[in-house]
Amino acid sequence: MISLAGAVVFILLAPVIGGLIAGIDRKITAHMQGRVGPSILQPFYDVGKLFEKEDAVVNETQRFYVLSYFIFAIFTGALFFAGGNLLLVIFALTLAEVFLVLGAYAANSPYSHIGAERELIQIMAYEPMFLLAAVGMYVVTKSFNVSDIAGFPGLIFILLPGVFLGFIYVLTIKLRKSPFDISTSHHAHQEIVKGVMTEFSGPALGFIEVTHWYEVVFLLGFVYLFFAASPVLGIIAIIIVYLLELAIDNTNARVKWQLAVKSSWVVAIILGALNIAALYFIGRV
Amino acid sequence: MAYLKKSPWIIHYDASSCNGCDIEILACLTPMYDVERFGIINTGNPKHADIFVVTGSVNEQNKYVIKNIYDQMPDPKVVVAIGICATSGGVFRECYNVSGGIDMVIPVDVYVPGCAARPESIIDGIVAALGILEEKRSAMVTGAPQEHPAPVAAAEKPAGGA
Repeated sequence: MISLAGAVVFILLAPVIGGLIAGIDRKITAHMQGRVGPSILQPFYDVGKLFEKEDAVVNETQRFYVLSYFIFAIFTGALFFAGGNLLLVIFALTLAEVFLVLGAYAANSPYSHIGAERELIQIMAYEPMFLLAAVGMYVVTKSFNVSDIAGFPGLIFILLPGVFLGFIYVLTIKLRKSPFDISTSHHAHQEIVKGVMTEFSGPALGFIEVTHWYEVVFLLGFVYLFFAASPVLGIIAIIIVYLLELAIDNTNARVKWQLAVKSSWVVAIILGALNIAALYFIGRV
Repeated sequence: MAYLKKSPWIIHYDASSCNGCDIEILACLTPMYDVERFGIINTGNPKHADIFVVTGSVNEQNKYVIKNIYDQMPDPKVVVAIGICATSGGVFRECYNVSGGIDMVIPVDVYVPGCAARPESIIDGIVAALGILEEKRSAMVTGAPQEHPAPVAAAEKPAGGA
């Protein structure tokens, strides 16, 4: 069953929650580095500032790509929170990412192109694990619908611990955290300037920031899905997972893209596929 | 809403600086001064930057680079010249290869003298730049002809500085 209310709540609240998460993220990161750090509302100031800047684009098609990225990322999350089909959610997410990559390719800049190529590599790295997570949930609940998965009486995490760990591993890629912030990074400006985001400025960059907030809320919703039977446990899991990602971000250097792809696939095969295979054989006995 | 003041992103370019001022700029990012608590981020990308921070003097080779970076920044934008070399050429002013301060190439809004400029006066200069940034923004919105606000000189040794 698709619930329109879930989608509407996501569309309205996700930017607020996502922005606050980004603010808390920067505050905790600053404290980890022995700094005071900016206000928790800083991401909102940043985006507000970006919308006050001159609307300069390198190539007119960039506007279309940024808007498409924005819309499909919202569609992804809205479908997820409406209880739609998990596979369609993942495909919509990929489509959104592809629009970002096309936007980066639309400008003839080496940094932007390197960023776009690395973004494609990142998609290649996380996609298998995302699909295995959906398959794992199907094996457990016999449904791809998020509403059915969320309504499953048992704790999915207990049956899919490997899939969960694998998902956390690739979540680092999606959250753009070290060691997998290869396509764009808050810290990599000496290496690839700003990678995939180099050629976006002003309002376009603001849209990309807000889109990232939507994505973060959707991804944390995915984490929650593993614990959907117990909402309290789900919230605790989200907090622990995010703090863990922050700790990893602050204690790791960026890796080469080869390692990002290889390790993600190895993790997907070992943790994800073995977990699902084990479930399959246990189920047969 | 005055968001520009709360989220100034800078791009730092080393013209022909001796690296003294550059180290002081980077010192501003350390836990000691932590300018990120004011929302200041060192972006490294002119297209994301609001404040152009230049150190060192202009010479025949880097004047095109300075002009290029300045042109790539979206409006509103301000330029802060850090250190006496960026302000006027300093001791290198008479050199055969030096044209002078940054204002030989692009309009400078804030001068931060010093050799090397202290982190306190650099922060002072950036704060002065924020006011000019807001002025330029309101000129942009109202469509008033862009008249360059009078340049400001930051104190070399602000009160309360270490």
